[in-house]
Amino acid sequence: MKNNRERQSFASIWQKHKAKYLMIMPFGIIFVLFTLLPVIASIFLSFTSFNMVSAPKFIGFQNYISLLVEDSVFLTAVKNTMIFALVTGPVSYIMCFIFAWLINELPRVPRAILTLVFYAPSISGNAYLVWQLIFSSDTYGWANAWLMKLGITRQAILWFQTEGYIMPILIIVQLWLSLGVSFLSFIAGLQTVDKSLYESAAVEGIKNRWQELWYITLPSMKPQLMFGAVMQITNSLSVSQISIDLVGFPSVNYAGHTILTHLYDYGNLRYELGYACTIAVVLFLIMVFCNIIVQKLLRRVG
Amino acid sequence: MKIFSDAARRLRLRKIKRRNRSLGGDIGLTLILLIFGMFSLFPLIYTVVNAFKPLSEVFIFPPRLKVDNPTLNNFKDLGGILEGFDIPFSRYIFNTAAITGFGTVGTVLFGSMAAFPLAKYKFPGSSVMGHIIVYALMFNGAVTAIPNYIIMSRLGMVDTYWAVILPAVGSTLGVYLLKNFMVQIPDSMLEAAKIDGAGEFQTYYKIVMPLCKPAWITLIILSFQQMWGTTGGIFIYSEELKPVSYVLAQLVSGGIARTGVSSAVALIMLVIPVAAFIISQSNVMETMATSGLKE
Repeated sequence: MKNNRERQSFASIWQKHKAKYLMIMPFGIIFVLFTLLPVIASIFLSFTSFNMVSAPKFIGFQNYISLLVEDSVFLTAVKNTMIFALVTGPVSYIMCFIFAWLINELPRVPRAILTLVFYAPSISGNAYLVWQLIFSSDTYGWANAWLMKLGITRQAILWFQTEGYIMPILIIVQLWLSLGVSFLSFIAGLQTVDKSLYESAAVEGIKNRWQELWYITLPSMKPQLMFGAVMQITNSLSVSQISIDLVGFPSVNYAGHTILTHLYDYGNLRYELGYACTIAVVLFLIMVFCNIIVQKLLRRVG
Repeated sequence: MKIFSDAARRLRLRKIKRRNRSLGGDIGLTLILLIFGMFSLFPLIYTVVNAFKPLSEVFIFPPRLKVDNPTLNNFKDLGGILEGFDIPFSRYIFNTAAITGFGTVGTVLFGSMAAFPLAKYKFPGSSVMGHIIVYALMFNGAVTAIPNYIIMSRLGMVDTYWAVILPAVGSTLGVYLLKNFMVQIPDSMLEAAKIDGAGEFQTYYKIVMPLCKPAWITLIILSFQQMWGTTGGIFIYSEELKPVSYVLAQLVSGGIARTGVSSAVALIMLVIPVAAFIISQSNVMETMATSGLKE
């Protein structure tokens, strides 16, 4: 009896909202097949040994154990990725906000120009390869040329071949690239803050721009701050292409190796797909974990 | 009399607006903007300048940000190299156009259709789907590439345009941005349409879509930028299906001897998305104003 009623209610829900479900369906199918299913498949395959040719073989936690205990290169990759994320994540996030905030006070035309100046690198395709010329190992590179001209060094430095320089250079390039969608979101968010709030705040004794920022601006644009955080965390944890393109793969002593380049190694070169999926799952867990922490912190702003 | 009081009010407003600003702070912050603006701009200018440098000027010590005898030789050389390919360059352009075209239309059309009910109606499952869309912002394409490849090969779609297009259409950033924009559409407008006898779908294409023009123009730009940069990677391996950016990236990896040509390539790769952004900047900013993540 109860069952029957439930079925009826399903039918009536469908009858009432048919158009809505049908409108969501095309996107829904593509999303499930090509975004959701890959995540679920990763989790499943991470417990198997799989090489694309023979069927996946269930091996329990073996991949996870190998990854965390035996694979010392992975630990290097985790270390590099975490350094990367801990530096570029917060710095790029703060840069996005500060530049957006400063630009917002400018008149219309300079604002549009500066928005473009800061945003352009993130959409410039492979223009970041120009950094290869800037940090070129010979004296034709800007960095070497100026260091030698100013008498700081006497020989050209092999930037991309020296372990100690690889991470700092990658971080600089990543920061250069990082004022993307979040930056636009912040600028736009700042423009929607109710102007009258500033006036009443001035009357109520807010003394300088920093107090204004903390007590009015930041709380009014929390939604954008949250969105920006998701985007910046995801981006700073998924650095791989610039590392492969700039410092080579594998980089000198794995100095520029990240979790994603490790994934690329096992997935695209060695065809150990089960293991590659384990790497993906670990990276995904790190992303979710970072996002939860940052969202918690952001709730306290203002 | 009214004009005077208006002017006075404006003056007072400006005073209040300026009250919390110190001269020192203004100068310092402007300096910061200028320094970082230079940092942001320098590599781009260098790319542009290099593209017009004759070979004799590429290797000058110290390197320079200006060019004495600008030349189009790098572009001519690029043309020469491309002519030497087995596959005509127009084929690569066609591939990029197809991938970008279908990818963008799919993203905007399916994205907006899904965003509208989620933004404006409550029905069983709507809030769950809303949450999934937010969490899926984290499902980066690079992380899911391998299982995606496996799924594509099961569906027989590897080495077709679809292998690149469908994962892009299935990402949730577009739905997310459109949904946030559509939330602002006043309910009264939808009510009026309902009274006139319009169903959800009619409301969507007659009322919602025209109102959301800035949002879908933004999405066109974001999607275009993404599809323009794709090289096909492991998903497309046939040479005659590869997009333009793949070919250009191959040229760049040709090493130091091709410095001039690769600068020309970088300039082309850079100019197109930047131009697209300039054209649409005001629409993009309007959409981004609503991009916030609500708690």
